[in-house]
Amino acid sequence: MAGGAASGGKAQTDTYKEARTLLLLPSWLVLGFFVLIPVFMMLIYSFLTKEFRGGVIWEFSLAAYDQFFFDRGLFGDDAPSIEWTYINIFWRSIWQAGAATIFALLIGFPTAYFIATRPPNSRQMWVFLVTIPYWVNLLIRTVSMKFLLRDQGPLNDFLMGIGIVDSPIHIINTDFAVQLGLFYSYLPFMVLPIYAAVERYNFSLSEAAADLYASKWQTLRRVLLPAVKPGVIAGCILVFVPSLGSFLAPDLLGGAKNFMIGSLIEEQFKGNAGNWPFGAAASMILLSLVLIVLMLSARQQNKGEGV
Amino acid sequence: MKAIHNASAVALTIALLAPNASAEGKLSLFHWFEYIPQEMLDRFTAESGIEVTMDTYDSNEAMLATLKAGSMGTYDLSFPGDYMVQIMSDEGMLDTIADGELKNKANIMPEWLEVPYDMGRKSSIPYQWGTTSFSVNRDVYTGDISSTDILFDPPAELAGKINMLDSQGEVLALAAMHLGIPQCTTDRDQLKALDAQLQTSKQHWASFNSDTAKEVLVSGDAAAGMIYNGFSAKGRLEGANIEYAYPDQGVIAWMDNAVLLKDAPNRESALKFMDFLLEPKNIAELTNWAQYSAGVIGADEFLTAELRATPENNKPADSGPAVFVEACSQEVQAVYDKIWTNLKK
Amino acid sequence: MAQAGEDIKNYPGFMPITLFCLVVLYAPLLVVMIYSFNESKSITVWQGLSFKWYVDVFVGPESAKFKEAAINSFSIAIVAALAATAIATSAATGMLRGGSFRGRGFSFGLINLPLIVPEIVTAVATLIFFSAIDFERGYLTILVAHIAFCIPFAYMPIAARMQGIEDTYEQAAMDLYANKTQAFRLVLFPLMLPGIVSGFILAFIISLDDFIITNFVKGAGIETLPTAIFGAVKQGIKPNIMAISTMLLAVSIVMVTISYFVGKSGDKLKQPPGEK
Repeated sequence: MAGGAASGGKAQTDTYKEARTLLLLPSWLVLGFFVLIPVFMMLIYSFLTKEFRGGVIWEFSLAAYDQFFFDRGLFGDDAPSIEWTYINIFWRSIWQAGAATIFALLIGFPTAYFIATRPPNSRQMWVFLVTIPYWVNLLIRTVSMKFLLRDQGPLNDFLMGIGIVDSPIHIINTDFAVQLGLFYSYLPFMVLPIYAAVERYNFSLSEAAADLYASKWQTLRRVLLPAVKPGVIAGCILVFVPSLGSFLAPDLLGGAKNFMIGSLIEEQFKGNAGNWPFGAAASMILLSLVLIVLMLSARQQNKGEGV
Repeated sequence: MKAIHNASAVALTIALLAPNASAEGKLSLFHWFEYIPQEMLDRFTAESGIEVTMDTYDSNEAMLATLKAGSMGTYDLSFPGDYMVQIMSDEGMLDTIADGELKNKANIMPEWLEVPYDMGRKSSIPYQWGTTSFSVNRDVYTGDISSTDILFDPPAELAGKINMLDSQGEVLALAAMHLGIPQCTTDRDQLKALDAQLQTSKQHWASFNSDTAKEVLVSGDAAAGMIYNGFSAKGRLEGANIEYAYPDQGVIAWMDNAVLLKDAPNRESALKFMDFLLEPKNIAELTNWAQYSAGVIGADEFLTAELRATPENNKPADSGPAVFVEACSQEVQAVYDKIWTNLKK
Repeated sequence: MAQAGEDIKNYPGFMPITLFCLVVLYAPLLVVMIYSFNESKSITVWQGLSFKWYVDVFVGPESAKFKEAAINSFSIAIVAALAATAIATSAATGMLRGGSFRGRGFSFGLINLPLIVPEIVTAVATLIFFSAIDFERGYLTILVAHIAFCIPFAYMPIAARMQGIEDTYEQAAMDLYANKTQAFRLVLFPLMLPGIVSGFILAFIISLDDFIITNFVKGAGIETLPTAIFGAVKQGIKPNIMAISTMLLAVSIVMVTISYFVGKSGDKLKQPPGEK
């Protein structure tokens, strides 16, 4: 979506106007058939009746959404009250993804800025350095992260070796480990859009601010940041959205102790629960959440461009 | 259909794909992780000319879910535990083996022939049986481990260093045994007590993992963990100072079975493989590797002396009973699902 | 002023953070690389340098499985990336050279749909869809799923490149009596090529790396490298997995380097804003 804002712009010409439908048809067909229709089917499934141990019965039912939002006790016959279980799972996922996004922003922004202010011919090399790890399978990166963070792992060995800590810091199987894993998984997604934005930034604006006796940090906050805001927002979305639905990091680094949205959904289709309509409903709620985030950020983006 | 897929793969990637020319037959297994040595599959291929492919799963429930989500008709054999055979049979997912189709059927031990989940072994054959309880790292904790308190109300040395199996059926069954209540109970107070017990115990647990249950004990990431007996024995042989417990409250007993799936694409190959598994020598080789127990007459003489003597495979006479996991009714299962979600929320 | 200009750009602390960032990015990979050369089977004890795990990958007991997985992975990635790149190139031409039309926003949303829908949702939805239409899961299901979700990844660099190309090039060609097909083939396409190559490589890597969707739509006995690796690492990281990872890393670096140089040669023509 970083490129989305740019490439979604207006068509420049109509040279190939006559062939337009033909040109777009393959993408419509493939994506319509293999993404749009499946997602639409999922919406339908979320309103069907569950079949015991997996599958659906073609009868309309709101049971999946009811289960999500209303607590009817362990036996399902108490008076309904608000169900916090799933809201908490969603909240935890939002919190984990949010924390990972903040870590990524804190590290990623200075990095992106630093790279963008290098001489033009060495920038490519820096970008290259940041993106290479991303080409390694996410799974392997997550597993090696786990290996690194173990109580007897290299990180603790190193920290104890240089005498910063006396006993191993326990990181693995904690929320922090999950946040670290997510942060690590998607860090380049934060760096690249911010880098692109800073690279386009006109530094004479900063100079003008300096001439008006703004301090460097004031310049950063009041002049640079508003100008590169679209890149920052794009970066945050690119880290936040995939983190929200991820289940590798919670599973491998968090010890699968607590459900996150991704593992909750997976559980309905590949695990113990076998409740397809509920899994579909949770997916639809997750998708709505992502769409809300995207719409909010699009509004921010527009405001940013208005400045 | 499979052939078409392969053909298209070849056509699409001429440069990369070496076509499988020699396949006389195929066999598609859906199996537990780390439950059969590759060497044995290779030997079966060498003897029969049947090419074997295998996918793995980490719990009975995951296997069921995957099969129900459109994988029926793609696998020939899977390896469900006792109660899951019953469930799959109720779901109509199993094929019937006619009399005489398995020439080694007579090798099945009588006590494993008339089993409640498949009387007369119409769709299944015994694979391995064993128990599930827990193991404790003796470097960390030297006290008494003959109670399920180790998992559910652990001593300070072990609290926060416990790995549980990520398997609803077994965790809830063991918790029920810990509380002394029957499995799949419909008594509301008992179900509430079960829910409460898991809520209190959860604070002591570090992780839920089935396939790394051995690894976390060997690496020392966990000091105690719920585990299958043979898996624990393998961990001990890999150098971990762990002891498998037979607690007073009892252990979970299980019998994994090879079942013939409905619409198996390679039914003939599947039957050949079942016969292969019923050869005493073969199943003994597997048992020596997996460190559990077989249910085949004559296999014992091929077992290594070490295996027969392992503490994991020799349940002390004064320990608690070995109990099979039950398949709950839909109503109780709904409550179990709730309890499980509560546990992991 | 040049000195002041440089100064205004530099913030103290940003360089250490950048270096820290690189350390964080590379530390786990370094660990993988180092331990792939470990003599010992244990991942916790270093017992001297050895190449035996690299040998093991090719001749060990699991070599057949990994070979097949690698063939599946690479063949799927190549075909999916080719198809996705062709579809994306065509779509980008329609979107950016097709004038304005109703449903353009919808079309843009559709192309980017795989980026908007969380991967786990796409995975489950595709699974339900395939199982509802009785599409037997196997090699083909993985392939079509990969083609679909690779399209936006191919589209991004292609569209970004195309946007940077002024339409005066095609106009000039047509003024010289080239028809529209010729203008595309002889002028626009060569100009777009760096974007197309980047798009192909991005799609290729995304496909090669995908685990979640593949895991849901794969059929019996079909593994790709990520699913095979997942099956293996769940039981603890073994050195042969680290060796495979190191080799994959090497392949990826070669790919990225190629795209870097292709991109560089393309820059001589024109650097579209924001393209890397």
